[in-house]
Amino acid sequence: MDFGSINPVLLIAALMLASTPILLAALGELIVEKSGVLNLGVEGMMIVGAISGFIVAVETGSPALGFVAAAIGATIMALIFGVLTQLLLSNQVATGLGLTLFGLGVSALMGQSYVGIRPPASPRLTFFGLSEVPVIGPIAFNQHAMVYVSLALVVAIWWYLKRTRSGLILRAVGESHDAAHALGYSVLKTRFAAIAFGGACAGLGGAFLSLVIVPQWTEGMTAGRGWIALAIVVFASWRPWRVLLGAYLFGGVTVLQLNLQAAGIAIPVELLSMSPYLITILVLVLISSDKRRAAANAPASLGRSFHASA
Amino acid sequence: MIRLEKRPTPSRGWAWATPIVAVLATMVAGGLLFGALGSNPFEAIRTIFWDPIFGEFAFYYRGQLLVKAGPLILIAIGLSLGFRAGIWNIGAEGQYIMGAIFGAAVGLAFYPMEARWLIFPLMVIAGVVGGYLWAMIPGILRTRFNTNEILVSLLLVYVAEQILAWMALGPLRNPDGAGFPGSRNLGQYASSANKELIAGWGMHWGVVAAFIAVIFAYILLSRHILGLNIRLAGEAPRAARFAGVNPERLVLLCLGISGALAGLAGLFEVAGPAGQISIDFNVGYGFTAIIVAFLGRLHPIGILLAGLLMALTYIGGEAAQASLGLPASAIQAFQGMLLFFLLAFDVLTNFKLRIGGEARA
Amino acid sequence: MSAPLLELRGLRKAYPGVVANDDVGFTVGRGEVHALLGENGAGKSTLVKMVYGLVRPDAGEMRFGGESYTPGSPHEARQTGIAMVFQHFSLFEALDVAENVALGMENPPPMRELAARIREVSETYGLPLDPARLVGDLSAGERQRVEIIRCLLQDPKLLIMDEPTSVLTPQEVDILFETLRKLQAEGTSILYISHKLEEIRTLCDGATILRLGKVVGSCDPREKSARELAEMMVGSELNPPAPQAHDLGEVMLEVNALTVPPASAFGTELRDISLQVRAGEVLGIGGVAGNGQDELLAVLSGEVPVENDKLRFKGEPIGATGPNPRRAKGLLTAPEERLGHAAAPDMSLIENAALSGWVRMGMVKSGFINWSKARAHAEHVIKDFDVRTPGPGNAARALSGGNLQKFVIGREILQKPEVLVVNQPTWGVDASAAAAIRQALLDLAAEGAAVIAISQDLDELMEISTRFAALNEGRLSAPRDAAGLTIDEIGLMLGGAHGMEVAHIHEEAAP
Repeated sequence: MDFGSINPVLLIAALMLASTPILLAALGELIVEKSGVLNLGVEGMMIVGAISGFIVAVETGSPALGFVAAAIGATIMALIFGVLTQLLLSNQVATGLGLTLFGLGVSALMGQSYVGIRPPASPRLTFFGLSEVPVIGPIAFNQHAMVYVSLALVVAIWWYLKRTRSGLILRAVGESHDAAHALGYSVLKTRFAAIAFGGACAGLGGAFLSLVIVPQWTEGMTAGRGWIALAIVVFASWRPWRVLLGAYLFGGVTVLQLNLQAAGIAIPVELLSMSPYLITILVLVLISSDKRRAAANAPASLGRSFHASA
Repeated sequence: MIRLEKRPTPSRGWAWATPIVAVLATMVAGGLLFGALGSNPFEAIRTIFWDPIFGEFAFYYRGQLLVKAGPLILIAIGLSLGFRAGIWNIGAEGQYIMGAIFGAAVGLAFYPMEARWLIFPLMVIAGVVGGYLWAMIPGILRTRFNTNEILVSLLLVYVAEQILAWMALGPLRNPDGAGFPGSRNLGQYASSANKELIAGWGMHWGVVAAFIAVIFAYILLSRHILGLNIRLAGEAPRAARFAGVNPERLVLLCLGISGALAGLAGLFEVAGPAGQISIDFNVGYGFTAIIVAFLGRLHPIGILLAGLLMALTYIGGEAAQASLGLPASAIQAFQGMLLFFLLAFDVLTNFKLRIGGEARA
Repeated sequence: MSAPLLELRGLRKAYPGVVANDDVGFTVGRGEVHALLGENGAGKSTLVKMVYGLVRPDAGEMRFGGESYTPGSPHEARQTGIAMVFQHFSLFEALDVAENVALGMENPPPMRELAARIREVSETYGLPLDPARLVGDLSAGERQRVEIIRCLLQDPKLLIMDEPTSVLTPQEVDILFETLRKLQAEGTSILYISHKLEEIRTLCDGATILRLGKVVGSCDPREKSARELAEMMVGSELNPPAPQAHDLGEVMLEVNALTVPPASAFGTELRDISLQVRAGEVLGIGGVAGNGQDELLAVLSGEVPVENDKLRFKGEPIGATGPNPRRAKGLLTAPEERLGHAAAPDMSLIENAALSGWVRMGMVKSGFINWSKARAHAEHVIKDFDVRTPGPGNAARALSGGNLQKFVIGREILQKPEVLVVNQPTWGVDASAAAAIRQALLDLAAEGAAVIAISQDLDELMEISTRFAALNEGRLSAPRDAAGLTIDEIGLMLGGAHGMEVAHIHEEAAP
């Protein structure tokens, strides 16, 4: 065993990188769930985002365009979910599952001829000399642009929910769609917007995986990250700051177990590989065992269909 | 402007018609998809839906139909009970894997003893126990700690896949296998083999178990008080509590049954068609069974038919892969589409479409 | 005299199978308090939804302040100067008071300023409220204040109030009326919807009476007697049920010092509840909604088990048993919420008959249901309780509220209970069905059963109760003989004017 090869500074920098896809997807789902919609299709939207972004980045040579395409691709997926659950009032759980199964199939289909290709490199941002500063430099001033975007999004979503009228309406719709409707707010428009935003975020997360972290395309490469994003929203009790905490916790476990694998520790590789999932389950159990606290912040209309009867 | 108007009583006609309409719509949309991929859409549809049953190589494919439908139906029947009660076990894939590992481990432990009367039943029991225990994890976490069973059951699929890989490379690896991953072949070990019961039909013990499960589920749901309680819990949870249903016991029961049946399916698969524990043993039956359950309207007879249809798309997909070069993943997308269309047309069961009239605010 | 503030002419709104409003017209003058009177299902709600822009009329004309008025949404209605206090509150429990108020305003000021204005207006009108509190933690009366303040902050020309007193104690009603008179003096018109006749006679200047979607009359309510108004509203003479004197038997059900913590974040705690009910009597439990009625029913039905000896049935402890063992003994219950609690909406009446009836009616043998027995029970209920439905195979949600309520109550009564607990037995039910249900409860008691009737409708309780107790913030008052109780005494038992003491303290604390 050689723990000496694990460098804490690089570990933290790697952790931020590894957490970003889940953070993005979880932030999107946070908004969706705050509007009272449960979209279990995060995994499907992420993987469609991963391949859409990959294809466009490879074809155009521009990772930036790739991210745009990823957001669009995943938003289209999200809108399928929106039409089914909001207009046709289908069961949200079933539809979300369908979206994941469909996304996995469609992405594999789209990506057939892209297996084994390397995408154009997405450079890290550097800030003059700051990136060279020991410890702080690699962590804070030498990351990919999307890492900063995801962090900015945490702040923006917190501010949006807490301080803006539109955020208030979103929370109101999620809390009681009947009351919001009675006051004249459009439940449908609010929810569609939230669902689309959730899709775009999941798509960006997927593309970050295929363009930056891995970076290449393999079938099913999201490997449950969409589901972990869903778990993190519950863990965070629907609060943006705690989504950040949850995502980085998961990222930390992932990076640590990879480092332990590399260090050749005498635990079967498979046990290390399953540890992020086990720890996610453990954290979920801890957070939901306090029934009243867990429920207090959950949007009261979560997962219920809305049909204006009169 | 098209408006939805709630029907006072759900339409029975549409409840039966929507799966058929959904299948037809999927054929059209799938044809367009395959056309876009450069295949002749009519040929693709014919290859998938017609040839396996009536085509030149039907004698081979027909047997495959039951082989594929068996586990799908067995798992979907279990899932449908939970789905009816509003309990969402979506980790059947993991329970299927664990059933296979438990069952295979028992079989391999006795190798090379010759005692089929003892070993095969023990394997069946071990398979049931493996799936059951794996499903009890989300069950107990839900009832004790109020943890969401959707997420836990799903996350456990990834854990089960890692255990599968570990078993295939480590403890269960074939000692005579020249270092290749994977266990001994259970199908070639007389005491553990889940053989075809009627040659050429693809009928093995797992298919028999699936048919028995269909009959039991039908009687349970239509005649037994437990079936009424399951339906009540899903449709009106408060009314179920008023009727004396203990929601926690129901969660454990539904997860337990679906886990046990998924484990059973895994055991029959590993001892028969698959033959051995290997890294790529699971092929997604646990997830496809979710589509089967919905396509069958969570009704046992419907699931029987839906399972056969879905098996057909698997086989047809393989055929189309061979003859038309259609990618394997196309079938997965096709199955997902089917679920979407079903959910979309389902609206007609509970709502009427009205054209014109008042615009909604 | 200028044009009336609101003028409605020939309004019509039809839903499939129902004409909710047909050729409805009346006017509301400036500064007038106008009553819209009618039974449940007469079309009052649809009418005000049209005025508030939630529903578009099929035909007819509305004029506001002399100008044509066709609101496309509640936003437009609010901009025109119309505000509405809803019957089922349009509030959000997990949001605070200020946020709730902001959601009901077109151009709310920044939150800090809004909070100050909420305090200001609430002091002016004697409706104390803390803007930072979560609405979920407020009582029903306080929630209504949130709605009223939300309206007042917009200086409405017309205030619509839909059944505002159903959640208030008599003392709180008096305070509300003070506020409304103050508003009227300032020139605000009020459209006041109710089916409570005495209220309308004290408060309103004019009244329009609706029956089955049509205007059947208009009058000055101060010149009519309550009985005349009632007959206009119902369209026939009413025969109130007659309680008969009979001897009380043994104690059937006993609750001893029962305390139950709330089940959810915004639930009510039951505190130290004790009661006894004897064979042959009806114990009426009054109280404003949200004071623990649902929780009490859940404990009595067995949905929420408690310590075994807290609850005794004929002396035998049953607190820890579930609903079905209690049914087997003879303790039956009928919850308030018809769809989703007492009955499963999408299931047939046969299945719903089996839902609570299988234990006592012997429908289940070794786990298997005898559906023909379930059907027979459903048909029996439909026949004996005059449930209007094409047949027992229909889904519960296809029945009207009154018919389903008759089914739910009948389903229990025909099982010959020894103790029957009902929660809000006639809520949202038309007068004739309500009278039939009350009569059935009295008959049941006369046959020797013990009945507990939990209700918000004090008139109803006075009509059927032998003894009366009040449930207030999870506490139950000592029961008193119902005969001779005055409305003021009942009001005090219900907790009087809850918030008003708070108001004085508040004024002292904030000079």
